[in-house]
Amino acid sequence: MSEMTVDSSKRRFLVAMSSTLGGVAAVGAALPFVFSMNPSARALAAGAPVEVDLSKIEPGMKVDVEWRGKPVWVVHRTPEMLELLGKHDDKLTDPNSDNTNQQPPYCKNPTRAIKPEYFIVVGICTHLGCSPTYRKEVGPADLGADWPGGWFCPCHGSRFDMAARVFKGSPAPTNLVVPPHKYLSESKVLIGEDQGASA
Amino acid sequence: MSKTQKRIVGSLLVLVLGLPFGVHAAGAEVRLDKAPVNINDQESLQRGARVFVNYCLNCHSANYMRYTRMTDIGLTEAQIKDNLLYAADKPGETMTVAMRPKDAKEWFGAAPPDLTVITRSRGADWVYTYLRTFYRDDSRPTGWNNLVFDKVGMPHVLHELQGHLTPVVHEVTGEDGKPHHVIERLALAKPGKMTLAEYDALVADLVNYLTWMGEPAKAQRMRTGVAVILFLSLFFVVAFYLKKEFWRDVH
Amino acid sequence: MEKLLNWVDARFPLTATWKAHLSEYYAPKNFNFWYYFGSLAILVLVIQIVTGIFLTMNYKPDASQAFASVEYIMRDVPYGWLIRYAHSTGASAFFIVVYLHMFRAMLYGSHRKPRELIWIFGVLIYLVLMAEAFMGYLLPWGQMSYWGAQVIVNLFAAVPFIGEDLSIWIRGDYVVSDATLNRFFAFHVIALPLVLLGLIAAHIVALHEVGSNNPDGVEIKKKKDEQGRPLDGIPFHPYYTVKDILGVVVFLIVFSAIVFFAPEMNGYFLEANNFIPADPLKTPEHIAPVWYFTPYYAILRAIPPMFGSQFPGVLAMGVAVLIFFLLPWLDRSPVKSIRYRGPYFKIALTLFVIAFIGLGWLGILPATELYTWIARVLTVVYFAFFLLMPWYTKHDAHKQEPERVTAK
Repeated sequence: MSEMTVDSSKRRFLVAMSSTLGGVAAVGAALPFVFSMNPSARALAAGAPVEVDLSKIEPGMKVDVEWRGKPVWVVHRTPEMLELLGKHDDKLTDPNSDNTNQQPPYCKNPTRAIKPEYFIVVGICTHLGCSPTYRKEVGPADLGADWPGGWFCPCHGSRFDMAARVFKGSPAPTNLVVPPHKYLSESKVLIGEDQGASA
Repeated sequence: MSKTQKRIVGSLLVLVLGLPFGVHAAGAEVRLDKAPVNINDQESLQRGARVFVNYCLNCHSANYMRYTRMTDIGLTEAQIKDNLLYAADKPGETMTVAMRPKDAKEWFGAAPPDLTVITRSRGADWVYTYLRTFYRDDSRPTGWNNLVFDKVGMPHVLHELQGHLTPVVHEVTGEDGKPHHVIERLALAKPGKMTLAEYDALVADLVNYLTWMGEPAKAQRMRTGVAVILFLSLFFVVAFYLKKEFWRDVH
Repeated sequence: MEKLLNWVDARFPLTATWKAHLSEYYAPKNFNFWYYFGSLAILVLVIQIVTGIFLTMNYKPDASQAFASVEYIMRDVPYGWLIRYAHSTGASAFFIVVYLHMFRAMLYGSHRKPRELIWIFGVLIYLVLMAEAFMGYLLPWGQMSYWGAQVIVNLFAAVPFIGEDLSIWIRGDYVVSDATLNRFFAFHVIALPLVLLGLIAAHIVALHEVGSNNPDGVEIKKKKDEQGRPLDGIPFHPYYTVKDILGVVVFLIVFSAIVFFAPEMNGYFLEANNFIPADPLKTPEHIAPVWYFTPYYAILRAIPPMFGSQFPGVLAMGVAVLIFFLLPWLDRSPVKSIRYRGPYFKIALTLFVIAFIGLGWLGILPATELYTWIARVLTVVYFAFFLLMPWYTKHDAHKQEPERVTAK
């Protein structure tokens, strides 16, 4: 059968070419399937940035909005709340927000906000994912006289102040996450898009 | 067999078999005008989108179409939001209507169909012809009838633009020996805000948009297809010589 | 590398399998054009399984959501349109490839002794494929899906005595409904594919047991060299692998041309009425099954109701499919390949092909009086091909088969 002289270099070349093209074809055929598992247009639309009108939030009140399926709290902090913020830094795990994963750079400041009176944070405990309860009252009976107002996680007792910074001794390892957001106007904020990023 | 007899036998067969026999005999065919569709003409698509949102989207939904998809026809999200977003809050939403299907059924006799894929079920030519062949017919509750959709439930929404057409009829003796009225053509009885040519252009834009909306991925499909076929052609050449080379062994 | 292979071979017959089925599986050297369609059928199977799995990720088998979920796949899922079109085109491609594969067997007598079981497995595959395609067609929940299923399930109602209950049992309801959709989905995505894979495995195992037939219809195993290799055989790998690669590329060019440039295939692969959501109260004007079922549909319509029952038509349709099983025993010719057969068989096969295609064409058209009569004539031809086969193959002239295959 193969007594004839075989041009083996030509044969090797053709096999290599075919294998390469076959490999390209396999990858090319696989890509659409891989891409199809990305978020669909519907998921992207549902996860689109959310606009919040701040003018409707009374001082001291918290509003919940949904962004990418997660609760985001928008709090109108009163001057009293802001004043209390600087008085317990020694009890906090990360008082200066040095952990850069927990807030965008423009919120690495004592109030963890662009505008101090409006605080925006993802309401999911960094411990095991429960949603902490808003406890704005100062020194209630169950939380102790030194409670400056903030959030208390009912699942495992993590405590956060009014800038969602975690108190030492809480199971939660880090401060709550401040989502990217930007101001569209004086009273309109867009959650989900960084300051300076184009529309 | 007369037409009616045929129809009776046909419906009996349908009853007996559960199969539609002889339905083709019913209804005379109207020749459809060719819709000038070009989904690469972005300006036409944008004009069509405006007509669609202004005139159709009040009653008809396009439930599977997202407003944001119109970025594919050269609109920015801001333009969509400012000019086309009457019936929704966010550009990511689909083109739904507020009218409840049940109310619609009471008003029009049938719920207005969703239009997302209307050109894929009816064909662009049918829609193009349909939108241009409404005519006055006082026997209809709405006062309107249509050449390609007899006893249509929808009134002529665009009559202010097109004007009023009336049928020019002539009498023929049917198979049953009785005189029948046959519509020869439609004549403009009351001009609208547009000339008929302008109106045709408007409908053409609308149908173009509807066709695009029926399959927004079509442009991407064509582009991908060209690349795939080119690649496979190259592969063919290599595979051909590969086979030839190995088969030199076989005598 | 060598070590690893030895390690595996001591635990799993990897090299042995490779040899038995590829590098030392001897196939006749004279395969022609018709021999591409077996491997192409496997390719289409893979396409259908992979695209099917990814469609399942976004499809909703729920009467209120099914239609919308298909449009969702076509629009919102990245490359969903490609996956869906590949699947819908693949369904038609499967039947094209399988019909040509079956025709090849009839041309060269591949179903004859000792390959009867291969043929029986093959016809079973064809049957399961029909069920698979039929149930899959309901899933988009368009008007054609709905009324097609309604009509076909109603055929079972024509079975005497138990028919009515049988059709209700199949639907799980008095009409095709959400319950029907959900169970068809279960059959389509898991039950039937499993059966199909099993049958295909059996088909190939049986084939590799007896060896492939060839266009001359002579057994290459009768003439062997000193090492016991068939003189007219060549190892499947590399010779038929490189040949099949060429076939695959050509097939993919045609397949891609349809998927990318004509996925609706002018209404034959995706019907216009299926872009209207299913409406149980409104039958479309003209229902035709998808093209691959139309020959049988035409037979069904050609048989007039007898004794006030549509059952004879249904029976004829069923028999028209099942009769393929008998083919190996109906054929009495001393030779296998059409190359050495006489005029009777050649004429009979030609008439059969005309009848099959003609019936397929008529099944698409609305039934008029004339068409129904043509369909009746073709139905007679269709059945005569099988029923008269023992007679005309026995009395047919034939040429002497060669001792060995006749390569060009």
